[in-house]
Amino acid sequence: MTNKNGRFGIHGGQYIPETLMNAVIELEEAYNHYKNDPEFNAELTELLNEYAGRPSRLYYAEKMTKDLGGAKIYLKREDLNHTGSHKINNVLGQALLAKKMGKTRLIAETGAGQHGVATATAAALMGMECVVFMGEEDTKRQALNVYRMRLLGAEVIPVKSGTATLKDAVSEAMREWTSRIDDTHYCLGSVMGPHPFPTIVRDFQSVISKETKQQILEKEGRLPDAVIACVGGGSNAIGSFYNFIEDKEVRLIGCEAAGRGIDTFETAATVNTGSVGIFHGMKSYFCQDKYGQIAPVYSISAGLDYPGVGPEHAYLHDIKRAEYVPVTDDEAVNAFEYLSRTEGIIPAIESAHAVAYAMKVAKEYDKDKIIVVTISGRGDKDCAAIARYRGEDIHE
Amino acid sequence: MSNIKKAFENGKAFIAFITCGDPDLETTKKVVLEACKNGADLIELGIPFSDPTAEGPVIQGANIRALAGGVTTDKVFDLVRELRKETDTPFVFMTYANVVFSYGSEKFISLCKETGVDGIILPDLPFEEKEEFSPVCDKYGVDLISLIAPTSENRISMIAKEAQGFIYIVSSLGVTGTRSEIKTDLASIVKVIRENTDIPCAIGFGISTPEQAAKMAAISDGAIVGSAIIKILEKYGKEAPKYVGEYVKSMKEAL
Repeated sequence: MTNKNGRFGIHGGQYIPETLMNAVIELEEAYNHYKNDPEFNAELTELLNEYAGRPSRLYYAEKMTKDLGGAKIYLKREDLNHTGSHKINNVLGQALLAKKMGKTRLIAETGAGQHGVATATAAALMGMECVVFMGEEDTKRQALNVYRMRLLGAEVIPVKSGTATLKDAVSEAMREWTSRIDDTHYCLGSVMGPHPFPTIVRDFQSVISKETKQQILEKEGRLPDAVIACVGGGSNAIGSFYNFIEDKEVRLIGCEAAGRGIDTFETAATVNTGSVGIFHGMKSYFCQDKYGQIAPVYSISAGLDYPGVGPEHAYLHDIKRAEYVPVTDDEAVNAFEYLSRTEGIIPAIESAHAVAYAMKVAKEYDKDKIIVVTISGRGDKDCAAIARYRGEDIHE
Repeated sequence: MSNIKKAFENGKAFIAFITCGDPDLETTKKVVLEACKNGADLIELGIPFSDPTAEGPVIQGANIRALAGGVTTDKVFDLVRELRKETDTPFVFMTYANVVFSYGSEKFISLCKETGVDGIILPDLPFEEKEEFSPVCDKYGVDLISLIAPTSENRISMIAKEAQGFIYIVSSLGVTGTRSEIKTDLASIVKVIRENTDIPCAIGFGISTPEQAAKMAAISDGAIVGSAIIKILEKYGKEAPKYVGEYVKSMKEAL
C-alpha cells in the first residue's frame, strides 16, 4: 500500500524539519531490517501474547444483537489488552524496535492518555526513560491516566500552547525530538506523522484484523459484512481494516468524532469537514481555514480530538474503499451507557463512537449479516467526564 | 539572477526575521523599514501559522498575537506591496508548507514574484519533499531556500548542490530561540557546503548578541536573528520600531 517516500495516493510524505530527516531515515532502515527478522518477531509475539494478553477476544454481543434486531454484532475486545486499549500493540513494537536501535529514551504524545500509559508501561518494562506530552486541557479531562503514567515512572509534561489538546501535544513532542535525537525515539501513537510512522504503526496494529479474520472464520465460517471502528488519527481503525482491505465485500466504516455536529465549528470530523493540507509531517485531510490555519477542533473524546487523520485513511476515503461517518458527542455518550447496561462492557468514549454507529446501522442489515465493532479501549478513564456530561459531579 | 545575491554584497549579511502582524501590520511595516534603514541586508517576513512546529516559545507567541490580530496571507501580500514602494532590500517569506499549499502554490508563488518576494523558507519542507513547490518556484524565479541542520551530515552535499538563493544553516538542535552558547561544529558544515556550491550561507537559530553574530558571520556569509527581535516587539509593542532599528544597527556593525 505504501509507495516511494511513504505515499498513500497523494497523501503521506515527510514534511518535517531537516533536523529530523536522518532520524526518520534511520528509523525506516531499522524497521525494514527488523520487520523481517525472525528473532525480532518472535520477541514481539511473545510480548504481545504473554505480556499484553493477546489474542484479544472476538465476542458475540448476543443481547445487543437481539435488542437492535438486525445484524449479528461481534465486538473485537481490544479493551481487554494490558493497559486497557489497542495502543499497547504499537507501543510494544516500537519500544522493542527503539531498543534494538540503541535508544534509551521514549517520548510520546497522548490525547486521552491511553497511548501515554501504554508507552510508560513499555518503558518501565524495558528499562527506558519516558517523557509524555499531554495537552493541559486533556490532563484535566484524564487526570487518572496522568497519575497512571507517573506511577509507571514517566514524566508527564502538560502542554499549554494552542488549544492545549492532542494536536499541541504532537507539536511539542516533535519539538522535543528535534532537540534530542541521539538517545531518543519518538514513539508516535497513531498512523500519522511523517513516513515511516503511518506504515510502522499500521503494521503493528494490523494484528487486530489478522486475529479478527481468523476468529470470525472459526466462529462463522465467513467474513463479516462490515467492520466498524472509531477514527481520530486512525490507528485502531487501520488495524481493524487492514487485513480486510482486499476483501471488497467487507464494508469498512470509520467513525469520526463530530463533537456537537458537523454543521458546527465544535467538531473533529476531519474527513467529513476538512480539506487536503500539510501538517505534522504528512499530507492528508485537516480541519483548517482557507488560509491553511489549523482549526481548534472539539470532541468530548480526548483521543479523537485531533484536526487531522492518518494518510492511509485519507487514501482509503479517496478511492472509496472505506467510509468515514460522523458521530456526535450525544450519540457516543448514549452508546457508552448502552453498551455498559446491555453487555456489561464499559467502552472507552472513543470506542463508543463506533458502537453508536453500529447501533444506528444494525437494523439495516438482515439477521444473517455480521458486523464487527472494535472496542479499542475500556471506559474506566471516562467515567468522571461522562458523569459531568450528565450533570453529575464525581471525584476520581 | 536572484535578488537575494544582493544581500551578500555588502560585507557579511545581517538577516532579520519579523513575524508579520505582531502586534499589527502597521507596526510590522515600520519595523521592517527601520531594520532596512539600519543595515539589515535581507528581511525574513514570517507569515504566521497556527501551529509553528519548528518554533520555540518566543516566535510561537508572535504567531499567536499576529493571528489573534486577524492577519491573513492576503493582508501580508498587501504589506509587501506597501513595503516595496519604500525599500528594495531583498525579502523572503518564512512560513509553513500548509500556508503555501492551502493558498494554492501557483497563486502564492506567482504573487511572490509580482509583489517582490525573492524567496521562501519552509522549515517543514525537507529536500525529499521540495518537488511540492520547486517546479512552481522555478517557473516564477522565486528561490526555495534550503536548510541544513547539525544532524544533516551525509545529506549536506546533496542539499547544497541543488540549493537556491542562500543556504540557511540551523546552528543547533531543537527549535528557534535564543541560546547562551552554540556548540555545533558549524565550520565543518560550511566547509562541505563550500565544496558543493557557490551560493552564500548564513547561520540562524539561537543568535542574539553582537558577539554571537560576529562569531557566526566569521565562519559563514551572514547571521540570521529572529527571536531576539521578536522579544523587542514583545516588550515594546507599537513602540518597537525604534528599538529594533537600534538593535539591527548594533548587530550589523558587529559583523
